[in-house]
Amino acid sequence: MTTLLSAQNVSKELMARFPDMVVESSGSAVLVKSQALLEVAAFLKATPGLDLDYLTLMTVVDYLDYFEVVYLLTSLQHNHSLTLKTRLFDRDNPSLASVVGLWKGADYQEREVYDMFGIKFVGHPNLKRLFLWEGFQGYPMRKDYL
Amino acid sequence: MGSEKPAVPYSSVDLDWAEGHTIESLKAESTQPIPDPVAWIDEEIKRNVLVSSVDYVIDWARRSSMFPAGFGLACCAMEMVATGTARFDLSRFGMEVFRASPRQADLMIVSGTVTWKMAPSVKLIYEQMAEPKWVLAMGSCAISGGTFREYYSVVPGVNRIIPVDIYVPGCPPRPDALLDGIIKLHHKVSKISIAKRH
Repeated sequence: MTTLLSAQNVSKELMARFPDMVVESSGSAVLVKSQALLEVAAFLKATPGLDLDYLTLMTVVDYLDYFEVVYLLTSLQHNHSLTLKTRLFDRDNPSLASVVGLWKGADYQEREVYDMFGIKFVGHPNLKRLFLWEGFQGYPMRKDYL
Repeated sequence: MGSEKPAVPYSSVDLDWAEGHTIESLKAESTQPIPDPVAWIDEEIKRNVLVSSVDYVIDWARRSSMFPAGFGLACCAMEMVATGTARFDLSRFGMEVFRASPRQADLMIVSGTVTWKMAPSVKLIYEQMAEPKWVLAMGSCAISGGTFREYYSVVPGVNRIIPVDIYVPGCPPRPDALLDGIIKLHHKVSKISIAKRH
């Protein structure tokens, strides 16, 4: 069975590499600042011992004050997993670096998030609507929709 | 095909704009009343053409081999499939042949939730079916949108986009209920006259 990595141990490695970028760590979830997301993600994927080479899922939670982007990462080699989180406080024009370059599986999931929450992913190769049609107004999965 | 740029452009592809335009115009049309397709038959013809046994034979033929279009939208489709199996045995009514092409089908069973994105396809399949054709709205979602009637993405009743002959309520309706609806549709068909269609 897939074991959960201890977020404390991983965040120690991250803090040594990226000072001031880790906000908190609890359980198996590490929360990092949004500007360091891509570097942290690349580090988690490439570091021997971690090797988080598979993106199980990627989603967003709307807490009204901020959007929390959640990445569930798994290592196929070591059979362990880690949750990576980041927060976006800009509600009018939220944007984040795309991780499609690291995990191909993020392609459609980022498009879904873009469609439903209006978060722009910088560096995405084909960022356009996935479910809704052209001309649809608003972002239906936001808490303040309707 | 109109493909003017929408107010909030997401895609630079013309095909996407055209799709959005189709859906938006279908949404705008759906509030209009449905026109009567046989309104052009005037009273003169209706009163001066006599048919009796011909009607009986034609209606018997129509209702005895009514082929449904193989067209499942949501969970109601599972019940529709179950209706076709040996336990419920749709072939008792000569209807076991779910046609893969709408051009060979007489009955469209709208089995499930119709979303606005799917609506142009549903309308297209209906338009591709040859006359005479009938539509059966299966389940709460197809009838009125059901649980999702106020959602941003769901058509509040398939009768907004195509005319419906029979409504089968349920969530989802059991195969027995679907069979009951189909039998009621057969009764309806047996009353149709080629001189005057209702």
